[in-house]
Amino acid sequence: MATRPKTLQQARATYTTNRELAWWVFMRISGFLLIFLVFAHIFFNNIQINVATVDYAYVAARLSKAWVKVYESFLLGLAMLHGTNGLRYSIEDYFKRPGTRFWLKAVLFTAAGAMFVVGVMALWAFSYQQMGDAMNAVGHGG
Amino acid sequence: MNVTFRIKRFDPEKDARPHWQEFKIEAGPMDRVLDVLNELKWEQDGSISYRRSCAHGICGSDAMVINGVNRLACKVLVKDLGNEIAVEPLRGLPVLKDLIVDMEPFFDAYKAVLPYFINDDPAPVAERYQSVEDRERFDATTKCILCAACTTSCPVFWTNGRYLGPAAIVNAHRFIFDSRDQGADQRLQTLNQVNGLWRCRTAYNCTEACPRGIPITQAIEEVKRELLWRRN
Repeated sequence: MATRPKTLQQARATYTTNRELAWWVFMRISGFLLIFLVFAHIFFNNIQINVATVDYAYVAARLSKAWVKVYESFLLGLAMLHGTNGLRYSIEDYFKRPGTRFWLKAVLFTAAGAMFVVGVMALWAFSYQQMGDAMNAVGHGG
Repeated sequence: MNVTFRIKRFDPEKDARPHWQEFKIEAGPMDRVLDVLNELKWEQDGSISYRRSCAHGICGSDAMVINGVNRLACKVLVKDLGNEIAVEPLRGLPVLKDLIVDMEPFFDAYKAVLPYFINDDPAPVAERYQSVEDRERFDATTKCILCAACTTSCPVFWTNGRYLGPAAIVNAHRFIFDSRDQGADQRLQTLNQVNGLWRCRTAYNCTEACPRGIPITQAIEEVKRELLWRRN
């Protein structure tokens, strides 16, 4: 190659990773998957049952199912990564000062991480035993 | 035909911000926007500033925003615009005076992709042979005249001046897909950075703006695919 880096500084200046490429591919694949996952989620929770009849017992029973925990965790993780990376793109584009970009991204990643943790906790907090207790408490036990 | 011609004026020595100035002029339907600008400058107001050189759509000097879209003033006829014409400087680059913008950030991005032939092999006795098919591969992107109409029509470039922009990617494409060239890895490395290729959101503004008819968005996609398959 004609302009192969000759010093460490030059090498550092030309050093790149495939991180942006990987995120670009991820955004396409996750975007496609989310279309189906989100509509299925809406179907299960808003169309298959009447929202007006939803009570604590129903939610507890639903969240105690293993496939619901896995499905919703996957949906949550994928949506959070997709949305957070999209916001990161916007921050890269709309804020000129490197310091501003750094702090905005720090806040964004912290908030996204916290939301993901809270979401996963809510999904996995209902053990099978607790589900039984809840069902008993509202008279659906058995 | 009677034309109301509005120019977005800016004199850095007098004005705090740009303002519109209106001119009334009699123009022939076959006059180009550049002819009208020349007429105004030569006959009405000598202080109007703009770049022009060849006046035949090849030098790329007189790209500007004409009735809201990026065009070369020497390629747009008055009859296609009607009686109301408004010209502004290109967006996304600092305005120096009237319709003249600072092209340095644009050329910095252009230089970053090493827009020249790279081949360290000793030159053969005759030419470096290239088949018709291999030449065809990058034919479209050889037509770029560096007028900056594409880059300054890009919504990402408007907000993020660090983005290399369509013109730089087009000129990288011209050499990446040249069968005789050996610098593709270096160019792809530059394009693989945060503000390289991946900032493109396929808005298609660049393709619409190009006065040379280069399918720019398609060229950008081809470079994206090249990066995807070459580096994984």
